[in-house]
Amino acid sequence: MNGDKVFFGLSRAAGVFVLLLTLGIGVFLAVTAVPALRENTANFFTTQQWLPDANPPAFGIAALAFGTVMTAIIAMVLAVPVGTGIALFVAIYAKPTLGKVVAFLVDLLAAVPSIIFGLWGLEFLMGNMIGVSAWLDTWFGWIPLFANDQDVYTRSIFIAGVVLAIMIIPTISAVTREVFVQTPQGHVEAALALGATRWEMIRMVVFPYSRPGMISAAMLGLGRALGETIAVALLLSALFEINWHITEPGGNTFAANIALKWNEAGSIGLSALVASGLVLFLITLAVNMAARLIVARKRDFVEGH
Amino acid sequence: MKTTKTVMLTAAAAASVFALAACGSSGSNTSSGNSNIDCASGSIKASGSSAQKNAITDWINAYQEACEGATIDYQANGSGAGIQDFINAQTAFAGTDAAAKDKDLDAATKRCASGPAINIPMVGGAVVAAYNVEGVDKLVLTPKTLAGIFSNKITKWNDPAIAADNQGTKLPDANIVQFHRSDSSGTTANFTDFLSQAAKADWTYEPGKEWAAPGGQGAKGTEGVTSAVSSTANSIGYVELSFAQDQKLKTATLKTAGGEVEPTSENASKAIAEATVVGSGNNLALELKYDTAAQSAYPIVLVTYELTCEKGLPENQLGLTKSFLTYTSSNDAQKQLTEIGYVPIPDSLLTKVQDAVKAIS
Repeated sequence: MNGDKVFFGLSRAAGVFVLLLTLGIGVFLAVTAVPALRENTANFFTTQQWLPDANPPAFGIAALAFGTVMTAIIAMVLAVPVGTGIALFVAIYAKPTLGKVVAFLVDLLAAVPSIIFGLWGLEFLMGNMIGVSAWLDTWFGWIPLFANDQDVYTRSIFIAGVVLAIMIIPTISAVTREVFVQTPQGHVEAALALGATRWEMIRMVVFPYSRPGMISAAMLGLGRALGETIAVALLLSALFEINWHITEPGGNTFAANIALKWNEAGSIGLSALVASGLVLFLITLAVNMAARLIVARKRDFVEGH
Repeated sequence: MKTTKTVMLTAAAAASVFALAACGSSGSNTSSGNSNIDCASGSIKASGSSAQKNAITDWINAYQEACEGATIDYQANGSGAGIQDFINAQTAFAGTDAAAKDKDLDAATKRCASGPAINIPMVGGAVVAAYNVEGVDKLVLTPKTLAGIFSNKITKWNDPAIAADNQGTKLPDANIVQFHRSDSSGTTANFTDFLSQAAKADWTYEPGKEWAAPGGQGAKGTEGVTSAVSSTANSIGYVELSFAQDQKLKTATLKTAGGEVEPTSENASKAIAEATVVGSGNNLALELKYDTAAQSAYPIVLVTYELTCEKGLPENQLGLTKSFLTYTSSNDAQKQLTEIGYVPIPDSLLTKVQDAVKAIS
């Protein structure tokens, strides 16, 4: 009886603690951001330059928000199909022994620190991706997104997106794999017994059952992509302009910008960086809440079956 | 964030002060070895500018080798943080890229028990335009063409504006790949200060630690720009002289009103000699003359300072601080700077520096 009370108290304290922590971070960001926002002479949301320590200070997050969202979208477009594919292979197609090896390798990839990805992207991938970017420009240049008027293909949003994709593939595939494995064996065997091919079985049984988990996995990956700092800071050209030509040098993200400017920032500069951090905080909060909503709805659907 | 950092530093520093209070310091006047250092013993902390880090580290090593019982700890945590640490009495002197003035200097003076805080120029540097164009071993640029290249108005290597100053050199018909710093940096501040003074009409962007011009590519840190230039054909970027020398990059010759000047420590030192002292008394804050017409003076220079108390340093920091700064402002120590790509303080100014150091008490 007493043990129950103590344990209830402990777990409630833990729950409240998390809540206070999140709230505390939010309040800290907001309070610290106020001085810069007050001094700012430009529109915080639509300005594309970042000169908070200039006189008068003028800075905005338009370019940062664009770069953050764009790199994350590219990363998701590339990483979700590949990550899901790996998970399917490991969980369903591969022989157990081979599957274990692949799963192990993917988990190993997840443990690589992001600075390593950044250096690898900068020193190896960037030079070797020039051909791919140029090819996109040559054949798909009629789509504004892939056009490149500068004929320079390095330090672009596209390359940052590719490196981010490689970084989040392990996260996505590890979680989806766990979900795929949970598919009730009875359902799987029933589908196969009814004459479904493997692909039909996956489409009709595994995917519907796993959808909430797959979405959670994608959101975990998205969270990492949005917040990734050092790899992006090394790779991007950090220009403060919105450029839809994703293979041209340019782009900047919230997290990378904070890492690049923090050391030498003056008092208004620091406060401005915190303000941009607050926006990133709110974006990730919104993304997570949206994901939870979707997952909750899908789960009802699956469990209702 | 900043406050937390300061609090932690305070705690750490307080702990070390307790540990070291017993040591004290005494001018033991033992010159040892072959260098003529008037040694002091004890232990001091200093922090600040990362631009002067290599110079200070070399000096500290030389000093500690010659002087037993002396420990000097220099943390390259950035000029702003260095000045803060000094104001909070955590350090005996601060290294800073720009002379402390106004509010900062007032606060620093308040920290000194009985006298003004002074900026002492100690380490000079030069910023060079490093380029990577095959077949072009000598490239002459004017401040105007430099501004054109870095503001994306001149985009081809064989642009008539560049060709005019490089007759006899075959410039390729290739796009200029321009690199600047993506992080905030004192190097950017010096380079853009230079452009906005020496090429007023062509450089209309805000000079400062942040790169404000359009176009080009940003790379993180001097290392980032150096490696980007050395690995990218037809590229150009601005870096500190020492890095360009280390990586054996080709550097552009500058054509000023005084003629063509190569970016060497010697030539940069001549440009520092053109600076005027704007501080009062022993506060030797300088105003650089970027558009100097002096012969063979390379004008893209920077001067980093040590900020300390002319009077009123705590007794246990005074001896060692004075002794160390006396050493760093000696002709021998200044001469060493050339070897590691820094720029020595020119003789005319150095005597003032030495006088200022002598006045520390």
